[in-house]
Amino acid sequence: MIAIIDYGMGNLRSVQKGFQQVGHEAEVTSDSKAILDASHVVLPGVGAFPDCMRNLESFGLVDTIHKAIESGRPFLGICLGLQLLFEEGEEFGVHPGLGILKGRVVRFPTVVADNAESLYKIPHMGWNRVHIKKHAPHLADVKDGDYFYFVHSYYVSPADPEVAATTTDYGIDFVSSVWKDNVFATQFHPEKSQGLGLGILKRFGELR
Amino acid sequence: MLARRIIPCLDVKDGRVVKGVSFVNLRDAGDPVEVAKAYDEQGADELTFLDITASHERRGIILDVVKRTSEQVFMPLTVGGGIKTLDDIRELLKAGCDKVSINTSAVYNPRFIKAAAERFGSQCIVVAIDAKRTALVDDSVRAEQIIEVAEKLPWHADPDLKNLFFQGVDENEIHWELYTHGGRKPVYIDAVAWAAKMEEFGAGEILLTSMDQDGQKNGYDLELTRAVSAAVGIPVIASGGVGNLEHVYDGLVKGRADAALAASIFHYKEYTIGECKEYLRSKGVPVRL
Repeated sequence: MIAIIDYGMGNLRSVQKGFQQVGHEAEVTSDSKAILDASHVVLPGVGAFPDCMRNLESFGLVDTIHKAIESGRPFLGICLGLQLLFEEGEEFGVHPGLGILKGRVVRFPTVVADNAESLYKIPHMGWNRVHIKKHAPHLADVKDGDYFYFVHSYYVSPADPEVAATTTDYGIDFVSSVWKDNVFATQFHPEKSQGLGLGILKRFGELR
Repeated sequence: MLARRIIPCLDVKDGRVVKGVSFVNLRDAGDPVEVAKAYDEQGADELTFLDITASHERRGIILDVVKRTSEQVFMPLTVGGGIKTLDDIRELLKAGCDKVSINTSAVYNPRFIKAAAERFGSQCIVVAIDAKRTALVDDSVRAEQIIEVAEKLPWHADPDLKNLFFQGVDENEIHWELYTHGGRKPVYIDAVAWAAKMEEFGAGEILLTSMDQDGQKNGYDLELTRAVSAAVGIPVIASGGVGNLEHVYDGLVKGRADAALAASIFHYKEYTIGECKEYLRSKGVPVRL
């Protein structure tokens, strides 16, 4: 059973239906015991970084997430669930994250687009390409240049560049997915990225 | 590079897809879930449902449509129409939609957008703007009309907002004004200034429909699209008037929109989404194929 952590943020139904679509059982839960009994744990999330951290704390789930990751079971962070893994975020002031990976979450700079007439819009919203930096198991079916659906205004800047599994170009090259040991995470939304995205959920669910 | 998005829009009434021409003369065109699946297979980048169900009691039907759609279609889904409260938004997001599009409620209470963005995040708050070129009428007549409409808006005396109303129209300049209630009611607010204000209040995206062009199949209002796109730093979706693929290209390139929304050219199978994207790619527009 895959546990999808419910802490009051975001569209969890799509993540659950996505796993079910590719044949994995998944439950949405905020129960610490259910999360620690699960074979796989997913941390989704949309919204603002400090709100999400505050909710994780008030649901009493910060410790649970640390334990789940330390136990070595496959862990997937999606969008804000990727950002929360890092040490701190600068959205609405500097706030501490979970600190599982070293690095910060920073806002996209204002960059003039190639035609020199407009700026890159923020949020970065829509389908963009990923470029493979290392072959992570959850991205086994992903090819260099494949498109995924993004929606975010902040991106992760890992202290250790080795954790980057893919990067994406949006005025700057940013890390769009990471992999370290049993921790897998994507800035884009696999559950909103049609067949290719569901493929990532399928591969993740097959990890042991 | 970020791809420009192609977004089919389904007008949904009482759980069925319909498409109006200039928002009247509705025609039934099928089950929304089936249509959504078809567009998913064609490679649409997102889907938008505009709920035009009139009766309040029947509005729960859209939640069921969203639930059934999100079980089968794994792409971003936006729902607009009749959203009045934070609870309405929460129910839609819980049912599986990703963004909500808000028009009339934003005009009646602009700070609703602020509250919604703070609660759910800007990324899921789309402000829909129905804009029409201003008719040049005598300033004194216009002033009376403005006063009559403004007094119905609870915020008309708010010092932070009241300058959004037209203070007089310069006939040498083009202006667009805001309409609400599916394009039926003018509110004498400058559409470009409104878009900027909505961004300031936390909107994550603007869905911009030209009421002059909607249903006409003559192409988007490119001047309007360009004016709004230049005025905001959030993505703009062009809407209203697509009759062929060149119109889509013009909206994205000349209008500088980030996404193109269209209905009838896709609904009546004049073009598939794939054909549309092939065309755009052949002309150098980045699209996901």
